[in-house]
Amino acid sequence: MSDARSDILAGIRRALKRGPVDGETRRALEARLQGHRPNLVPKRGQTAGRERIDAFVQMAEFSLATVTRVARAEQVPQAVADYLKSQNLPAELRMAPDPGLDAIPWANLPLLKIARGKPEPGDEVGLTGVFAGIAETGTLMLLSGPRSPSTLNFLPETHIAVVRADRLVGSYEDGWSALRQKNAAMPRTVNFITGPSRSGDIEQTLQLGAHGPRRLHIIVVDDGTPPGER
Amino acid sequence: MQPTSRAFRANARAALDNKTLQQAMANLGFRQKRLEAISRLPEFEALRDQARDIKNHTLQHLDFYLEAYEAKLRESGGQVHWCRTPEEARQTILGICRSLGARTVTKGKTMIAEEIALNPFLEENGIAPIETDLGEYIIQLRNEPPSHIIAPAIHVTKEQVADSFLEKHAVYGKTRRLSEPREMLEEARGILRDKFLKADVGITGANFLIAETGSSIIVTNEGNGDLTQLLPRAHIVLATPEKLVPTLEDVSTILRLLARSATGQEFSVYTTVSTGPRRKEDPDGPEQYHVVILDNGRSAMLGTEFQDMLRCIRCSACMNHCPVYGAVGGHAYGWVYPGPMGAVLTPSLIGVDQAGTLPNASTFCGKCESVCPMRIPLPKMMRHWREREYEQHLSSTVSRLGLAAWAFLARRPSLYRFATGWAARVLGLLGRRHGNFANLPLAGGWTRFRDMPAPEGRTFHQAWAERAQRNQGR
Repeated sequence: MSDARSDILAGIRRALKRGPVDGETRRALEARLQGHRPNLVPKRGQTAGRERIDAFVQMAEFSLATVTRVARAEQVPQAVADYLKSQNLPAELRMAPDPGLDAIPWANLPLLKIARGKPEPGDEVGLTGVFAGIAETGTLMLLSGPRSPSTLNFLPETHIAVVRADRLVGSYEDGWSALRQKNAAMPRTVNFITGPSRSGDIEQTLQLGAHGPRRLHIIVVDDGTPPGER
Repeated sequence: MQPTSRAFRANARAALDNKTLQQAMANLGFRQKRLEAISRLPEFEALRDQARDIKNHTLQHLDFYLEAYEAKLRESGGQVHWCRTPEEARQTILGICRSLGARTVTKGKTMIAEEIALNPFLEENGIAPIETDLGEYIIQLRNEPPSHIIAPAIHVTKEQVADSFLEKHAVYGKTRRLSEPREMLEEARGILRDKFLKADVGITGANFLIAETGSSIIVTNEGNGDLTQLLPRAHIVLATPEKLVPTLEDVSTILRLLARSATGQEFSVYTTVSTGPRRKEDPDGPEQYHVVILDNGRSAMLGTEFQDMLRCIRCSACMNHCPVYGAVGGHAYGWVYPGPMGAVLTPSLIGVDQAGTLPNASTFCGKCESVCPMRIPLPKMMRHWREREYEQHLSSTVSRLGLAAWAFLARRPSLYRFATGWAARVLGLLGRRHGNFANLPLAGGWTRFRDMPAPEGRTFHQAWAERAQRNQGR
């Protein structure tokens, strides 16, 4: 018995009536794979400056996330505390071990109990940074790694994400470019998150909080630096 | 799963008589949401063209992209398993599970697992599969197959869900009958959370495979696919070759169409790109990442009149808009894939002798093709299947006699005009009073469920000739 791999590849070539791709065609295909050429990016994915921040907030809210805007990182702890209070949640959270989040002066608000690391069963609130926010659909882009455990995006019932306005990009394609600039290789997991978890599986009635978080709250830190200029 | 597609007529009749099913199917509400979503994106039509071209390009070079994908995936530490048949795929998955001593497996929604009947196979081998998509979970409790590719329990009413939960959740100490979808979701969430945390292996499908990076992508709204792949020791992806897309840019284009065409969302809640196992510095994620690439008839569709079907991204827009699907639901189609895409794909995968009735279960209204984000010419391909069915002498005697009689008349124009002229006149006279027929001999199959409009006494040919005369007179 020949092996499945060669059988499948041979079957494909037979069906396409040709041998393995080589020569000029092969070089063209390899160039296409390395070219990262975007296809059509819709106009709404091409926002800039303040317009981009507004677009991001509007689309995130459309996806049923809630958004607070603050002007400085120093205001984030209070915004988190206010949000937790408004939802009748305890002032306790599990925070991603992200140096960007560590730079926030949490100690100014000692009532907020913060544990760092990946989530434990029973953690009700997770707090993460993001790699980027995508204005086109109000989507968060998170990369797995030591400073961002992926399970923290899914296990706690409430997900709070802190997004600096200068980390907002227009489109998914801009998100990929930013990732390629930062990393030579893909991380294990890239999560695109658009709103809180939901299901319509019982009689097509929308219910939030199917398996992932019931609430997604985004705190946009907008200190006036235009998006894209880090 | 044993196909019952040959019994489509009987299945459809039973479905039309099933009041509970008809009540449930009335909830199918994706159409308006899709319309609103695409109206918010002016570039939608242009994106459809590009998406079609991307997939056509990929299919033309599928061997190249598969090899490129495999090389990248290996580089990231993942393992590839090539399988020709469902049996090879089942054995491969079982082998991986056994190597880890797995007892329970959580599953994200995958239609390919339905195609290879994975759940019963795992159970026979002492491994408990647990469906985690809420809809899939409900039908697993009910021990039945999905009836829709993205809303698998669309045929179930909330009362039926309540019954199933009452019966099957007693072992967890849940003995109250629930009445609201919210409570049912909460109960299932609690039970499944525990299963997620204890599972040994997680199996998901893939919406896309990316050649550039060796990644697989899943798209969900619940987040079940993410807990399925992040928590256990191994993540197994079950995919078919045509899921390939060259680059991250290409998949971004197609993703702009997927959720809008499916549920009318701007973007699904979770789009997850997975590349290899967890890195050594990662705090979480699976230690092993396996991708099972199952061909099961796909490569044989290349180079045939059914190649375009391999562009399908399983959004379900075709079935959401199909009048036949809307009337009879998904189970009537008798196998894994229902609706117009199923009517084309099922004969390709299990044979036209098994599924030849499905491409006949269409009025050719063309709605499916008009909403397909990948511009798949579904009616044309159903016509190809009808031709093959006829050529292989698989169609029924009645339809063959009918076609022969029609062909006899159609080849004799004067006789044809004479016969249709009389028929139109007689029917016109009979139906004069109401303008339609509540029942009509020989057309009971039609009039049983709706009225047959009465002709106005003339044939189309006659009306056309008169119109031409009038125009000349001008």
